[in-house]
Amino acid sequence: MPQDTPTLDHPTLPLIKAAFEGVKFQATEFRRQTTLIVPADNAHAVLRHLRDDPACDYDFLADVVGIDYLGYPAGSPGRFAVVYLLVSYSHNRRLSVKVFLDPSIDTSGIEPDPALELDSVTDIWPGSEWPEREVYDMFGIRFRNHPDLRRILMWRDFPAHPLRKDYPLRGRGERETYRVVKRDST
Amino acid sequence: MGLETAIPTDAILTTQLDRIINWGRRSSLWPMPFATACCGIELMSTASSRYDLARFGAEVMRFSPRQSDLLLVAGRIAVKMMPVLQRIYMQMCEPKWVLSMGACASTGGMFDTYAVVQGVDQFLPVDVYVPGCPPRPEMLLEGIMAIQRIIDEENIPYDGDGKRLPLSIAVSPNYEPRPQPSEITIGAT
Repeated sequence: MPQDTPTLDHPTLPLIKAAFEGVKFQATEFRRQTTLIVPADNAHAVLRHLRDDPACDYDFLADVVGIDYLGYPAGSPGRFAVVYLLVSYSHNRRLSVKVFLDPSIDTSGIEPDPALELDSVTDIWPGSEWPEREVYDMFGIRFRNHPDLRRILMWRDFPAHPLRKDYPLRGRGERETYRVVKRDST
Repeated sequence: MGLETAIPTDAILTTQLDRIINWGRRSSLWPMPFATACCGIELMSTASSRYDLARFGAEVMRFSPRQSDLLLVAGRIAVKMMPVLQRIYMQMCEPKWVLSMGACASTGGMFDTYAVVQGVDQFLPVDVYVPGCPPRPEMLLEGIMAIQRIIDEENIPYDGDGKRLPLSIAVSPNYEPRPQPSEITIGAT
């Protein structure tokens, strides 16, 4: 049975705390699933440590996902979050690592925002290439040192990042403005 | 079939050239299946033995647009898919027909989002709309037969310059849905 009282007894948490003294970590727990909240500047080093340290040994990155917390009822430490879902096969453990980001410019366009940047983890887990492209495509969070940061789902000239909460569900007319083929335009 | 037994073997059959060309065209509508969603499954069902699209001469699914004359758009079309669909349409040779199968291809259906085309007729000339989500095979057959009737009766609409206009036929449902929930009839007489 899942326990509702958070215990925060995930075995990895003390290891991370000891390895990164002076870094302010936070952790949450929901139904025995632990999330470690890491400052954006330390994210890459923490993730590398989580894979390389034999006591942690998170050898599998299940997914990288983005979250937009705009209008989140419970409030949030930041507008956007990037979540790394880690799995350790050798220890049979899972850990979510969450990084909060706040935009510095208007989020309705696709202009590069220096505040919405993270170091890519493709050098740690090569499989993160496509999930990071998806986060970039949907949320406009750019990943430094990514080998091929292009849109993965939307077409190249799409003028927005559609999973941002301030983007309307029906779009801003992108689906209506396409060339029309008539019967004789062969 | 049957015709050769009705006429003597040394007889000559006279007809109009148009008639026999139209007969050939309507009896060999070769579809190009552009199946992107569950309508494609219903399309496969239509083509297979229970509903047997072959009865109407349209069973030869051609995956090359240059060998087909009926484009079956079966399923939702994202804007990113539109160039593919348009290219396939443009590669097809005249005479060609477009059948928009199901709610998604005709209107976008339930996928009222930023990436899905709200009806392929915005960007392609569509001849027949088959409603349904997905349409039953009978409905798809009805839509194909609508095209066949038009070809047979030479009712193809042209504009002033002699260019063929889209037919814009919407097939209406050809069955009555039973009231739901229906009674269990197991064991009934």
